[in-house]
Amino acid sequence: MIKIEQLSKSFGKLHVLKNIDLQLEGGECVSLIGPNGSGKTTLIKSILGMVIPSSGRILFEHKNIHGAWQYRQDIGYMPQIGEYPENMTIGQVVDMMKDIRRMPEAEMDMELYDKFELHRMLDKRMRTLSGGTRQKVSACLAFMFNPKTLILDEPTAGLDPLATEILKEKIIKEKHKNKLILITSHVLSDLDDLVTQITYMQDGQLIFHKTIEALKTDTDTDKLSKAIAQVMRTEGGLR
Amino acid sequence: MNNKIIKYVITDLLRNRTILVYTLVLLALSLSIFMIEDNTDKGIASLLNIVLFVIPLVSIVFSTIYLYNSSEFIALLVSQPLKRQTIWLSLFIGLATAMSLAFLVGVGIPTLLFAPGISGITLVIDGLLLSLIFVSIAMWTSVRIRDKAKGIGLAIMLWLYFALIFDALLLFALFQFADYPIENLMIAVCMLNPIDISRILILLQIDLSAMMGYTGAIFRNFFGTHSGMIITFIIMLLWAAIPLYFSTRFFKQKDL
Repeated sequence: MIKIEQLSKSFGKLHVLKNIDLQLEGGECVSLIGPNGSGKTTLIKSILGMVIPSSGRILFEHKNIHGAWQYRQDIGYMPQIGEYPENMTIGQVVDMMKDIRRMPEAEMDMELYDKFELHRMLDKRMRTLSGGTRQKVSACLAFMFNPKTLILDEPTAGLDPLATEILKEKIIKEKHKNKLILITSHVLSDLDDLVTQITYMQDGQLIFHKTIEALKTDTDTDKLSKAIAQVMRTEGGLR
Repeated sequence: MNNKIIKYVITDLLRNRTILVYTLVLLALSLSIFMIEDNTDKGIASLLNIVLFVIPLVSIVFSTIYLYNSSEFIALLVSQPLKRQTIWLSLFIGLATAMSLAFLVGVGIPTLLFAPGISGITLVIDGLLLSLIFVSIAMWTSVRIRDKAKGIGLAIMLWLYFALIFDALLLFALFQFADYPIENLMIAVCMLNPIDISRILILLQIDLSAMMGYTGAIFRNFFGTHSGMIITFIIMLLWAAIPLYFSTRFFKQKDL
């Protein structure tokens, strides 16, 4: 579904991504992990076309995304920090997104919208919202248009346990619909039971991309968090 | 072109308090000038000085601040299935509409009521063009500079340059070359500053050019003709189009 070939990006002298090669398919739930500043968000933003790569290319369903925009119709994106125009109300933001996506009401997926009870606060202005509520709005918008691919940047940061649970259930449900779900997260335990593959990045390099089973056998542990800690330790030790 | 974003940008801008205050201040200024002055030409001349200072300043500084404050909104739109060019042009059209509306309500309507005539119409058209030009310049500075404080600083510097420094340099050059026939060259040099073009155009309409001596006659010869007017109009439009074109080109490649 998404194929990344030799992707590099530098901001001035800083090399944020170094020759990344990665292939992701539908029905997978991929967790993108790595220390702060390892280039996770830049990689995600490159897929979304928000960051223009210095070299290499990204194919979305076999088409180069460079200069294209229609492909984003098939992507739902939940940013790390929900940034919205401060003066708009939740209702206006939702209406604007519906306007942009032009999807018939019947095809829209309002499950999260209903479960997070957004309809009860449509008149609230974005600037008055707490971090958690912003995350809820972001999550609703990402899932609302039934995209084939979901890109979730730190989705559970700021959400309360109840909302996290709702979001998790939703992610699992979407995974079964053969969608590609790409998650970055630091909080590993939250996602233990829904991730199928792990991609580990460090200093702008892709260290490995493995299925969970392979990772657990390789590191000889049964818990994901332990396995990751093990990897981080050995990676750190190599340097 | 997808017009949906324009709608949201304009609603957002019209709710903005600064735009409202700007409109009311312009309205108060132009009304009081026309109430005090009996002679409409003198009224236009007084209003002209305000228009030439205030319109560029507010257009460039407000647009710059608005664009920096909208960076999140812009990032949100870029992650959606929208063309970058559409997003950027919609922002321009939104800002240009808001500034032009404020000017039309604040200066345009009083001018056309109290001083209907060719000089009044010239003032209104000039003010509208200046609004467009300085919004366009603001688009260019804010896309090039990431840092908000630096961007606003540059916007103010550019305004100072067009409103004051350019004229000072011009006067200096004029005195240095006073012995040479540089009148035609002066017309060309004036084209490098949209504020100067507007000033000359309006002064010529209200017959103050008689007081500008030989240079005034040369100006009249150029700006007074149809072809001269058309060329001037085209140059004003270029002043709006060129910064916008370069800013759009840069925005398409920008990392957000």
